Amino acid sequence: MKFHYKPILMTAVTAAMAITACAAPAPQAANYPSKNLTILAPANPGGGWDQTSRLMQKTLSEEKIVSVPVEVVNKGGAAGTIGLAEFVTKNKGDTHTIMTMGGVMVGGIHLNKSPVNLKETVPLARLTGEYSVIAVPANSKFTTLKELMDAYKADPKSVVWGGGSAGGTDHVLIGLLSKAVGVSGDKINYVGYAGGGEAIAAVIGGQVTAGVSGFTEWSEQVKAGKMRFLAISSEKKLPGDSTPTIKEAGYDVTISNWRGVVAAPGTDAATQKAMIDMLSKMRESKSWKEALVKNNWDDLFLTGEAYGKFIESEDKVFKDVLTTIGVLK
Amino acid sequence: MDIFSNLIAGFGTALTPENLLFGLIGVVLGTAIGVLPGIGPALTISLLLPLTFGLNPTSAFIMFGGIYYGAMYGGSTTSILVKTPGESASVVTALEGYEMARRGRGGAALATAAIGSFVAGTIATIGLMLLARVLADFAVLIGAPEYFGIMLLALTAVTGLGGDSAPKAMFATVLGLGISMIGIDLQTGQARFTFGVPELLNGVEVVAAAVGLFAVGEVLWNAGTGKNSQDEVIKTIGTLMMNRDEWRRSIPSWIRGSILGFIVGVLPGAGATVATFLSYNLEKRSSKTPEEFGKGSIEGVAGPEAANNAAAGGAMVPLLALGIPGSGTTAVMLAALQQYGLNPGPLFFDKNPTLVWGLIASLYIGNLLLLILNLPLVGLWVKMLDIPKPLLFSGILMFALVGVLAQNGGTVDMLILIALGLIAFFMTRHGIPIAPAILGVVMGPLVEQEFRRALSIGRGDPTIFFQRPMAAAMLALCVIAVLVPIIASRRKKSA
Repeated sequence: MKFHYKPILMTAVTAAMAITACAAPAPQAANYPSKNLTILAPANPGGGWDQTSRLMQKTLSEEKIVSVPVEVVNKGGAAGTIGLAEFVTKNKGDTHTIMTMGGVMVGGIHLNKSPVNLKETVPLARLTGEYSVIAVPANSKFTTLKELMDAYKADPKSVVWGGGSAGGTDHVLIGLLSKAVGVSGDKINYVGYAGGGEAIAAVIGGQVTAGVSGFTEWSEQVKAGKMRFLAISSEKKLPGDSTPTIKEAGYDVTISNWRGVVAAPGTDAATQKAMIDMLSKMRESKSWKEALVKNNWDDLFLTGEAYGKFIESEDKVFKDVLTTIGVLK
Repeated sequence: MDIFSNLIAGFGTALTPENLLFGLIGVVLGTAIGVLPGIGPALTISLLLPLTFGLNPTSAFIMFGGIYYGAMYGGSTTSILVKTPGESASVVTALEGYEMARRGRGGAALATAAIGSFVAGTIATIGLMLLARVLADFAVLIGAPEYFGIMLLALTAVTGLGGDSAPKAMFATVLGLGISMIGIDLQTGQARFTFGVPELLNGVEVVAAAVGLFAVGEVLWNAGTGKNSQDEVIKTIGTLMMNRDEWRRSIPSWIRGSILGFIVGVLPGAGATVATFLSYNLEKRSSKTPEEFGKGSIEGVAGPEAANNAAAGGAMVPLLALGIPGSGTTAVMLAALQQYGLNPGPLFFDKNPTLVWGLIASLYIGNLLLLILNLPLVGLWVKMLDIPKPLLFSGILMFALVGVLAQNGGTVDMLILIALGLIAFFMTRHGIPIAPAILGVVMGPLVEQEFRRALSIGRGDPTIFFQRPMAAAMLALCVIAVLVPIIASRRKKSA
C-alpha cells in the first residue's frame, strides 16, 4: 500500500508554508534574491490573486529559479487596497517582497477611494488574464450580440444584466458596451451577484436577460446546452472556441481580468531588472505553462515600462467607465 | 437499479484504506477548525489546496467532504458549551444549546446535535442520491423575488427571539441590520457606514459578529458582574446522554430539520445559516411548549443542528449537478475541482461518475465517523465546563481573538470584536436581547440584496413579489408568522 506520507503529515498540521521552505537549495548564478522572498497576496486564500501567488511560489521553488525560500502572505480585503496600503507604507524599500495585483485592484482604488495608488509601486510584470463572456440562457431569443444590443439600444430598461459585484470588471464591460451603443449610464439595469458562480443560476434560470463572467467559469454550462455565449471580450477568438469577439460583432470593446506583480516603492532599476529576469524564467518554465493551461489562464506577459504604461491606461479606462456608470461620483 | 449500483461502486471507492484515512483526517481537522471561531471550512480547504496537488482528486475530495461536515459538528460543540459559535451555521445552536448547558443538560445538547447531524446527513445523502437532477432543475427557477420571501421568513424568527419586550427586540434587530450594512454595497459599489476605515469596507463577518456579541459579551458580563465562580458551576443533572423524554422530543425535530435543511441547502442563494434560522422558527411554532424557547429547549438544538448538516448535503446538489456553488465552502470546492482540470457543470455526473459517487459515499462515511468519534467524547467536552470560570472565560476570549487574527492578520478586526462585546455588555445590562441583533446581522444583507435584485429584475415594479406564486406564498407566510402571535396574545388578554 502506497501512502503519501508527506501530504498527510503536512495536512495534519496545515503548515502550508513548510513544503516549499524545504525545497533543496540550488546553485544560482545571479545574486537576486539574496534572502527569503515574500509574495504578498492582497486577498484571502482561495481567490485568483491567492492562486496566482501560490502558483508563483511553487514554480519559483520547484523549478529552482530561486534558491531561497519563498513565502506567500495573505492580506485580504477591499479589492486588494488594504494589502496595497500595507505594501506601499510598510514595505517601502523592501526589495524582497513583491505583491500580486490586477485589474480588480485598479478599479478598487477608485471604488474605495484608496489613499494610496499603484503609481507608487514599481511595475514588474503582467502575468495572466481571463477574458469575459456575454451569455444568455439557451432558450433566449437572442442569438447574436448585435440582436441583444439592438434591443438594448431601443429600450435599455428591457435588458437586465447580471454579473459580479457593482464596479467590478463585469460591470465595467457592460459600461463600455453601453457607451458603444450610446446608452447613458443611468439607464443600465445591472444586478450584482457575489461571483460568477452565483450568477450562473440567475442566467440559466432566466432571471436576468444576459450575464457577464469569466470564460472558463461558464464554459461547462455552454457545453451542456444550458447557456449560449454571444461574445467574448478578447482581441481574437480563443483557440479551439467559436465564440465571436465583441469587436467582430461591431463594437470596439476589449477587456480582460488580468493579474500581475509589482515591487515596493524605492526599488532601484537594477533590482527591478533582476526581478523581471526571475519572472521571465518562471514564465518560460514548463510547470508554469502547464498550470496556465490547467487553469485556462491566458499568457499576457508584459514587463517593466510597457507594463507601467498599461496600468496607467487601465486606470484611465476604469476611472472613466466607473464615472459613466454612476459608481464614482 | 442504476443509482444503487453507482452508489455501491462509490462505497467501493471510498472504502479503500487510503481514502478512509483521508476521510478520517478530514473529519478530525474539520472538527478542530469548527471549534475555532474565524477559521471556517472554506478557509481550511483553500489553504490545503496546494498540498493536495499530489493526491488523486477522489482522495482529496473525500477529505474536503470530511472537513465540511466536521466543521458543521465542531462549531456546534463550542456553541453549546461556551456560546462561541465556530461558524455561522451554528449561531442558532448557541441560543438554546448554551441555556441547556447552563441547566446542566450540556451532554444531552451535544448528543442531540451529534445524532441529529447523523440523521440529517443520512437523509441528505439519500436525497442527493435520488433527487439531485430533479432538484437542480427546480433550484434555478427560484429567483430573487422568491429568495426575498424566504429570507424575510427567516427574519420573522425574531418574533421568537424577542423575550418579553417587543420594542427591545425591535431595537436589537435594527442594530443588527445596521451592523450588517457596513461595507461596500454589492449593487452600487458604494461604501456604507465605514467612516473611512478601509478594514470596514469588507463588512463585519457573521462569525465575528456572533462571537463578539455572544461570547465576548458573555465574558465581559461575567467579569463585570463579578459573580463568584462557585455560584454558577454547572453540574450535570441526571444522565449525561439524552433521557427518554429528550429522545421523544428530538426525533421529530431531527426529521423536520433534515427535510427543511436539505431543501434550503439545494437553493444556491440560501445556504446552511438561513436553514438553521428557518428551522428554529419552525421548531418554535410546532412545539407544544414554545415558552421553553430561550430557556434551553432541546427542539431548538435538534432541529437547527439537523438542518445545517442537511443543508451541507443539499448544497452538493447544485454543485455536482449544475456546477453552481451554493456557499463559500462549495465555492472553494469548485475551485479545487478546477485545479484538477475538472469543470463541474450539468454533465459532471456523466463524465466523472467515480469521483461523484465516491464523494457521495464518502460524505456518508464521514457522517458515520463523526458520530463514532464524537459521542464518546461528549463526556470529555462537558468536562470543559468544570474549568474555573475565570480561566474558562479568559480562554474563550483568547480563542476568539486568535480566531479573527488568524483569518486576516489585522488588529482592526480584533478591535471590532471587542467593540461588539462592549455593545453586548450594555445590551445585557439594559435587558435588550442579543439574539435578534445576530439574526439581523445574518439576514440583513440577504434580505436587502434579494429585495433590490428583485426590483431590478422587475424593472422597478414592486408587483413582481405578487406576480410570482411562490414569492407571494412566502410573503403570505411571513404575514401569518408575524400576525398569529399578536392575535393569540390579544385573545389571551381578552379571555
